[in-house]
Amino acid sequence: MEQREEAAETFRIALDGVSLRRGHREVFRDLSCGFRAGEISVILGGSGAGKSTLLRVIGGLTRPDSGAVRVAGRDITRLSERDMFTVRDGIGMLFQGGALLDSLTIFDNVALPLREHTELSEREIHAAVARRLTAVGLPETEGLFPRQLSGGMNRRAALARAVVNDPEIVLCDEPFSGLDPLNVRRIESLLMDLNRRLGLTLLVTSHHLASSLRMADRIVFLRRGGALVGTPEALLRSADPEVVAFLSAESEAGSR
Amino acid sequence: MIGAIQRLGNRSVGIVEELGRMTVFVAGVARTLAMPPYRLRRIVDEVYDVGALSLAIICLSGLTVGAVLGLQGYYNLARFGADGSLGAVVGLVLVRELGPVLTALLVTGRAGSAMAAEIASMVTTEQLDGLRMMSVDPIDYVVSPKALAMGIAMPLLNALFIVFAFVGGYLVGVSYLGLDGGQYWTSLEEAITVADDIAGSLLKSLVFGALIAVIATYRGTTSEPTASGVSAATTGTVVTGSVVILVFDYVITALWGV
Ligand SMILES: Nc1ncnc2c1ncn2[C@@H]1O[C@H](COP(=O)(O)OP(=O)(O)OP(=O)(O)O)[C@@H](O)[C@H]1O
Ligand SMILES: [Mg+2]
Repeated sequence: MEQREEAAETFRIALDGVSLRRGHREVFRDLSCGFRAGEISVILGGSGAGKSTLLRVIGGLTRPDSGAVRVAGRDITRLSERDMFTVRDGIGMLFQGGALLDSLTIFDNVALPLREHTELSEREIHAAVARRLTAVGLPETEGLFPRQLSGGMNRRAALARAVVNDPEIVLCDEPFSGLDPLNVRRIESLLMDLNRRLGLTLLVTSHHLASSLRMADRIVFLRRGGALVGTPEALLRSADPEVVAFLSAESEAGSR
Repeated sequence: MIGAIQRLGNRSVGIVEELGRMTVFVAGVARTLAMPPYRLRRIVDEVYDVGALSLAIICLSGLTVGAVLGLQGYYNLARFGADGSLGAVVGLVLVRELGPVLTALLVTGRAGSAMAAEIASMVTTEQLDGLRMMSVDPIDYVVSPKALAMGIAMPLLNALFIVFAFVGGYLVGVSYLGLDGGQYWTSLEEAITVADDIAGSLLKSLVFGALIAVIATYRGTTSEPTASGVSAATTGTVVTGSVVILVFDYVITALWGV
């Protein structure tokens, strides 16, 4: 596993020398990494390594102090919020906490992107929403409010919302945390299916090593000195002390 | 010494920056209200929320304030043998002053604080960022309907407060202290002019409604994404809102004599 220089064009999303301070903490220092179109990239790293922040930077929600962030060929660090909306039309995001609107039902939450940005009829919307909710394993929750569902169910509904209008890039912050093994498999196969069938570019942050290794075309390991990028096999062979520590802690936890 | 001057300078720059951000915020609200999509459904829902939250407290307070005015007015007027004009005194004080101001203060405490808290908790749970990621402007979808609803609800609640206070004054003055009922309503009616008193009352409540709307939604959207951020936004709305209402009440009264 090594840091490789590649031509920026091969990447759908590329960070170039990104630095970000939050208060006294330096979250990223001169971070450069790229994510290829049509690939599943899993972002690994300890708690507080900056995985959520990285997704927020790519979504344009958090502006880095310096450096460039190219998404679909445009440097989004220079875009106004209004122009950002055109970039985000092609991006779906699952937030770590779900971020569903708690004043709307699950159905209305998932339908929101369709209602706002498409001319679909109410019947078509209903069909699309039902299909997504079934795919995440929540077929009978349409009339419920987010507060009536568990945390894991909320995040699955939020995932349905993130992919409901077929974006070409999906950013998933911890889609597996708090899920039972059955639902881990379900979400995993949903994401892999979207990727295989529709050529989705997928960025997934995770603590869940086993599913990461199963899904990932590429692994981005966030650590203090920057990002390590490589295939899952390369990660397992890596001699980097932080990676080794991460992996051995994970296998211990897994064998218990 | 230099440190103090520097701090003062930083403070002033901070205040100017804050005013600038607030102006941008208000401009954004105005723009989204003026341009489609017009979220009628959202606005109606929000008006209902503000109204439902404030209805009971407005009616009850109106009744009580009217009753107190009835008592005070009666005892003071009776000393000059003028207790026949109780209706006029109750009417004028309520329509021009107490109605708009007390309604605004009550609504700030009830619906304004709730509005700030709701938006602030949406910030903490990343709901507003979630909207942004769906290319939906949170100002357009969340803030503007709430702000407009506050502006619509305030004059209605003001009218309700005043009517209930009239009834409160009547109950004390006529039913309890035995004044002539017909005379109470006649003197009230004669004292109040539509062009002056009612229009002034309306103007005040519209201005107060707009001020609270801006303060509550601004404090909510700019809150820190923490539990203490939510509580700071809530108390901040009540404190700032109340002071601003009282200041503007004086300004409007001084400028237009209402
Ligand atoms: N608003 C903020 N103010 C100060 N520090 C912040 C802020 N936001 C994030 N940070 C810091 O940035 C670092 C990265 O946070 P982030 O949420 O991206 O971590 P993470 O990798 O997603 O962790 P987890 O796995 O626990 O979700 C944290 O150490 C945090 O302290
Ligand atoms: Mg995180």
